[in-house]
Amino acid sequence: MIEQNNFILSMENIIKIFPGVTALDDVTFRAEFGEIHALVGENGAGKSTLMKVLAGINSPDSGSINLDSEIVEIGSPGKAQSLGISMIHQELALIPYLTVGQNIYLGREPHRKIKTFIDWKKLYKQAKVQLSRLDMDIDPKTLVVNIPIAQQQMVEVAKALSINAKIIVMDEPTSALTDKETKILFRVMRHLKDQGITILYISHRLEEIFEIADRVTVLRDGFHISTSIISDISSDDIVKMMVGRELGDLYPKKNVPQNECVLEVKGLSSGKLLNNISFHLNKGEVLGISGLIGAGRTELARALFGIDTFDHGEIFINGDSVRIRSPREAISMGLGFLTEDRKEQGLFLGMSVRENITISVLKEFSSFGFPFFSKLKTLTEKFIKQMNIRTPNIHQKVKNLSGGNQQKVLIARWLNLNPRVLILDEPTRGIDVGAKAEIYTLIDRLAGDGVGIIMISSELPEIIGISDRVIVIREGSITGEFSREELSQDKIMQCAATGGIDES
Amino acid sequence: MKKSEKINGYGERFGLIIAFFIMIITISFLSDRFLTLPNILNILRQSSINGIIAVGMTMVILTAGIDLSVGSILGLTAVITADLLHSGIPVFLAILLGLLLGFCIGFVNGLLITKFKIPPFIATLGMMTLARGLAFTYTQGKPITGLNESFRVIGTGMIGSIPLPVIIAALVFFLGYLFLKRSRHGENIYALGNNETAAEFSGIPVKRYISLVYALSGFLSALAGMILIGRLDSAQPIIGQGYEFDAIAAVVVGGTSFTGGHGSVWGTLIGVLIIAVINNGLNLLDVSSFYEQVVKGVVIAIALLLHRLAQKKN
Ligand SMILES: Nc1ncnc2c1ncn2[C@@H]1O[C@H](COP(=O)(O)OP(=O)(O)OP(=O)(O)O)[C@@H](O)[C@H]1O
Ligand SMILES: [Mg+2]
Repeated sequence: MIEQNNFILSMENIIKIFPGVTALDDVTFRAEFGEIHALVGENGAGKSTLMKVLAGINSPDSGSINLDSEIVEIGSPGKAQSLGISMIHQELALIPYLTVGQNIYLGREPHRKIKTFIDWKKLYKQAKVQLSRLDMDIDPKTLVVNIPIAQQQMVEVAKALSINAKIIVMDEPTSALTDKETKILFRVMRHLKDQGITILYISHRLEEIFEIADRVTVLRDGFHISTSIISDISSDDIVKMMVGRELGDLYPKKNVPQNECVLEVKGLSSGKLLNNISFHLNKGEVLGISGLIGAGRTELARALFGIDTFDHGEIFINGDSVRIRSPREAISMGLGFLTEDRKEQGLFLGMSVRENITISVLKEFSSFGFPFFSKLKTLTEKFIKQMNIRTPNIHQKVKNLSGGNQQKVLIARWLNLNPRVLILDEPTRGIDVGAKAEIYTLIDRLAGDGVGIIMISSELPEIIGISDRVIVIREGSITGEFSREELSQDKIMQCAATGGIDES
Repeated sequence: MKKSEKINGYGERFGLIIAFFIMIITISFLSDRFLTLPNILNILRQSSINGIIAVGMTMVILTAGIDLSVGSILGLTAVITADLLHSGIPVFLAILLGLLLGFCIGFVNGLLITKFKIPPFIATLGMMTLARGLAFTYTQGKPITGLNESFRVIGTGMIGSIPLPVIIAALVFFLGYLFLKRSRHGENIYALGNNETAAEFSGIPVKRYISLVYALSGFLSALAGMILIGRLDSAQPIIGQGYEFDAIAAVVVGGTSFTGGHGSVWGTLIGVLIIAVINNGLNLLDVSSFYEQVVKGVVIAIALLLHRLAQKKN
């Protein structure tokens, strides 16, 4: 056993109750000096809440927090910072129209003799130093909007370093990163660990946890289930503890595509983004679209769904040439599109679960413009049950749901419409294994009902596990196509990275 | 549907309602004329015009927009309606045309915003100047007086002891509530105010709704204008100037947020009444008109503060 005083942090008997939900039920969590400690659990298990308590964002209803064996009161994010605790949130919290440097030193800008005046020169010089500690070679004067998400993630890390954090919390930092970027982040994390910094790391990707973490804590339904040294535990054990039961086959694959083509795309081109894309999709088929982040997959989906216009190309639905000029038209033709950015493009955060789910079918459930609220309620309850959405009731505001449950709400919205073609852009981003399995089952069932499914995903195991066919896109062009039998991670990676397979 | 949603709503408005009652109690101690039936009816009558405009303004602000042109639309439609009445066409036709004109001007606002992508503030600011200018050129700056008696009922009539304008305003609030909280259109408007991109991607005809909301705002301004000239028996081109301020103040005091997607007509109703009570109280207490604005501003600020506090507690 480790001595009590080795713990840099111990959170004792934390209870946090939200209206209708006990998010943390007597959780005790301890972290050692200089370790990488993973925190796992299903969506809504309380991971983010626990870390927000630590970062002074949520105040616990009871319990105490010890830092370096001293009891501390963390009343505010500012206080947490001054205690050396820094949190990188699930949703990046940088300010888009400020520069990288400004973001790093937000609220703590180095000043001149008179405090009102910022010492810009110093600010950018220091920012540069922080960034170079992370091997980041970008100009700190760049606006944050202009850099990719992965780099924004690093800016968050730089920000954490700049306050001399002793504890850095990372809430699902890799969900929007490519494999390569993840590697870089891991290198940085190890480096920080060597400097004695403790990292608390939330992720739904178990492989990552085995790669990087020293210890892992499992939460379920607001309870602390276990804390173990990573080498003492197997992936299956973790999953079992997370979901509280044995999980069957992650990728059920029962349905075979039909022979009827539901969607065909011929020669779609759009500026530099898309270049002569042609493919077809059969009824009941799951077509995986793989490629690196930024390869043009989302752009393709947006063009299909009538969000962006394109220069050339033709789209056929059930054999008829169609013109899709707006999402509204796309929907009327039987298309559905689950966007990758759920907060910005999908959710009505201030509205209820019911309203978010039924917005797509209000018209069908109304007469003379007045919806039948009781039917909408029944419908919502059906989805909550069927998809296992964790919410105290149908009136809960969606902003109060955990990330994974928000995603399920959005999927429910599209299922409502009984689409002919459903485009899913990174549908399992930020979703726990249990829910992932549920979503895969759902996709398979939809396919069984004859829905054509386009699945955009950066997770190779998932693409391989669920697709009937995969096309790979690189820099706006299709560079490979594989049937289910031919699929392998290597082939896909090769096409995604270099644009083709060496015939040798 | 929404038992818990309702409770939630009341909770949010709790601070506001308290502020309102504190105000009423204070003024009733200062003046014994305040809580008399004639005075209460008077307050309601005075607030009916602002109330009608504010219902439209609520819808506009729910979409994260703003309508600065309500006062000018009121003015322009008022003088044109008055002129139509003078021309001798049937009263109901004059009313209909006047309302239609208000609707159309509002719709033009909507088009400027949705088709030409002009920010609401600028588009309606332009319309404010344009409509006012048209009202002046149309009348050559002269008031049109002596309106048809049967028309004037709209502003002066009584049903029992209740003024007709109050009944019209009550109806407008009720319809506004039905539209916003009970109809699917209302739910769509809240959704697009919440997240316009998401609304568009969900297939909501966002542009159509935005245009509709400004058109309704124009329509209601025209309706308010008719009540006003009915009562005054005269339509001046300057009429309705500055009314946008009271309407916006009522909506915001009532808790509808400028960022859109959050608020309700009931909040606005309380906002309207608060402003009317302030005006009336200042009158009864003979506060000099120099101080009137100051007191009004301070009271509004306090009401907002209480509202915020109650919201935080929630
Ligand atoms: N502000 C809030 N108001 C009400 N309920 C909340 C609030 N924040 C979180 N919850 C609820 O608390 C529970 C725990 O949420 P939390 O965000 O900690 O989950 P999580 O483990 O981080 O899940 P995910 O993996 O989906 O991000 C959930 O049921 C959630 O709905
Ligand atoms: Mg979380």
